[in-house]
Amino acid sequence: MHFKKTLMASGLALTLALPVVASAAADPRDLEIEQLKQRLQALEAIVQKLSAAAPTAVPPPSLPAPPPLAVAPPPANGNAFNPKISLILDGSAARYSSAAPSEIPGFLLGEETGPRPEGLSLGESELAIEANIDQSFHGWTTLALSPEGGVGVEEAYINTLALPYGLGLKFGRFFSDIGYQNHQHAHAWEFADAPLVYSAMLGNQLGDDGVQLRWLAPTDLFLEFGAEALRGAGFPAGGADRPSIKAYTGFVHLGGDVGSGGSWRLGLSHLEADADDRRTGEDLETSFTGKSRLSILDAVYKWAPDGNPAATNFVAQAEYFYRHENGVLVYDPEGSADFSSYRGSQRGFYVQGVYQFMPRWRVGARYDRLSASNQLDNPLAGTALEQLAKGGDSPQRYSLMTDFSNSEFSRFRLQFNRDETRPEGETDNQVLVQYIFSLGAHPAHQF
Amino acid sequence: MSLSKLFDTLVPARQNAPTHSLPRERGRAREGALALALIAATLFCAPAQAALKVFACEPEWAALATELGGSDVEVYSATTALQDVHKIQPRPSLIAKYHQADLSVCTGAELELAWLSPLAEKGSNPKLLPGAAGAFEASRFVQMMDLPSRLDRSEGDVHPYGNPHIQTAPDNIAAVAKALALKLEQIDAAHAAGYQQRYAAFSSRWTAAMQQWQARAAALKGVAVISGHKSWSYLYRWLGMQELATLEPKPGIPPSAAHLEEVLAGLKTKPAKMVIYAAYQDRRPADWMAEHAGIPAVELPFSVGGAPGTDDLFGLFDVTIARLLKAAGAAS
Repeated sequence: MHFKKTLMASGLALTLALPVVASAAADPRDLEIEQLKQRLQALEAIVQKLSAAAPTAVPPPSLPAPPPLAVAPPPANGNAFNPKISLILDGSAARYSSAAPSEIPGFLLGEETGPRPEGLSLGESELAIEANIDQSFHGWTTLALSPEGGVGVEEAYINTLALPYGLGLKFGRFFSDIGYQNHQHAHAWEFADAPLVYSAMLGNQLGDDGVQLRWLAPTDLFLEFGAEALRGAGFPAGGADRPSIKAYTGFVHLGGDVGSGGSWRLGLSHLEADADDRRTGEDLETSFTGKSRLSILDAVYKWAPDGNPAATNFVAQAEYFYRHENGVLVYDPEGSADFSSYRGSQRGFYVQGVYQFMPRWRVGARYDRLSASNQLDNPLAGTALEQLAKGGDSPQRYSLMTDFSNSEFSRFRLQFNRDETRPEGETDNQVLVQYIFSLGAHPAHQF
Repeated sequence: MSLSKLFDTLVPARQNAPTHSLPRERGRAREGALALALIAATLFCAPAQAALKVFACEPEWAALATELGGSDVEVYSATTALQDVHKIQPRPSLIAKYHQADLSVCTGAELELAWLSPLAEKGSNPKLLPGAAGAFEASRFVQMMDLPSRLDRSEGDVHPYGNPHIQTAPDNIAAVAKALALKLEQIDAAHAAGYQQRYAAFSSRWTAAMQQWQARAAALKGVAVISGHKSWSYLYRWLGMQELATLEPKPGIPPSAAHLEEVLAGLKTKPAKMVIYAAYQDRRPADWMAEHAGIPAVELPFSVGGAPGTDDLFGLFDVTIARLLKAAGAAS
């Protein structure tokens, strides 16, 4: 009796399962459906026979395995057209030997350019949503969820897919394509923090509202020209009033392969930014009105044996920044409002190498250096103006890191910085442990 | 163009079964040719070219396109058999080649997902967009295996559309060759006769070779093996071989010592004849297993160019079967 029940149950299960199989198989596999039907009919006949002659049931004949489905069916609901969504979780534990404020002599720093908070902390969680909109447009949005609460729109842009002549247009809010690292999201950086040139001259990363036009030459050598017209809200531009285009960029990229395992890219870019009462500083603000001109030379070289990065690979990258600024500064505009003219000339570079020595494990080293020579007619002692005029003794930083990636979706990093950028030449030894996790859609690879 | 695009939107091609989609492809061929002529006329950006430029994502499709296209095509392979196709980056040279191509021939089934979509964004080539006439996906024309029952990353880097390593079985190559020949005729109608001719020649040579391989490989039927990655499902299916375990604990997760020990312990109850790994894979885990289990480790080319003598698709399977037979002989 018990045996009969089991058999009937399995017959029922098969009957229930059939519609799924049939609908998944869709129209064209009539033959297979026919075979399945026949098999089911045979099985039903057996079940009927068995239930008629219950106690003397014979063991069922063993069924051959069902044939495999021909083609993977797409999910048969509206969700199939949902955009790709991924969530990046980032957090760190940090310990610093110096408690001095993170200022760099010779530079006015933008917001949030200091080191990560000391102790255990959650970084920005990043929600990325992307999809092809139709045959002509692709859309991308990255929302940054701040650990204190609140949502920032890091990127929200549309780019064209089908323009002729190698043209590409992007509009909305996006990370500029100047430099090499600028367009990369923080979780894709090779180190836990931005290079000094980026934190000092671009407020970590230049992102702004605007339009970008690119042209890709029809040559085997990768050659790309691009220009951007921006609102001018991102550091080093900035200010409350942005009635017209207040920042422009232009860039050229050149790239190719070397042998079977190497590839390279060279870039030259330029940014022209207008600042109008741009405020920096935390307690006592400094206002800047004037022009900021930045030129960047960047180079990256990647190598892997036979071009296969799975087991071992090496990435070297270096960028050189040169910036010229010209305008008027006001220290503590709401209070003492001390004026000074300002002509600034600043430069810096970083060079770094990251080597994956075995699957999942990488080590990296980086060297950062800045220098500034600024002229102010009123370098008021004890203020940010004095700090800017002094320029310091070539701020520099050494970094070492090692990271472990359990899969393409998870990474742990240990980093050590010897930071010699503070005004009084004080050295800050920094230890960071960072995790980066990616939930959801497979992240697109980057060069 | 808009007609065929609309068609693609209304009828998701993945629902088309392989055999039935072929006549439909032919129907679309006419539409596509019309649309192509229209584009050429309106944009006059298609100068008379000596050869059709083909961007092959993998070397097996580059080899197939060369067989079928001969001197009518100029083929570029984005990857080699020594590279892990999952791990490719959209490097500048790929963007430049992608940009200039008239036809892309890729596996699809999300194998190239992580680098093909950035290429589409940076490579500005409307001809190769998904759904456009110049985008050819080989996996649409074969029966996919290893469809995941559960889509969850704890299962590793699973492919929702099934195992994408379809080139490991000769019958899959035959199915793709047929579809690719039709595609070539469609987008390069001026040379259609040449494509037909070369397809006919290739097809008869391939059929003969397949019979020969299957006869030679009869001894491999039922042979139990261990693989590095789940790369060979189609080959095992075709040869009737049996995969007991993989060295990767989950797809895309490198082998760990603990997992290797586990696999080794499993071999005590169910012994395998050999450990199989692809030319592009780290050979150390396979060597470890071979040494500890006392069975041979076999490096298979995986694609054209993965071993000496695999300059074309015929050589690929000659070498693959010869190496399997050698290992099976050594083990027995």
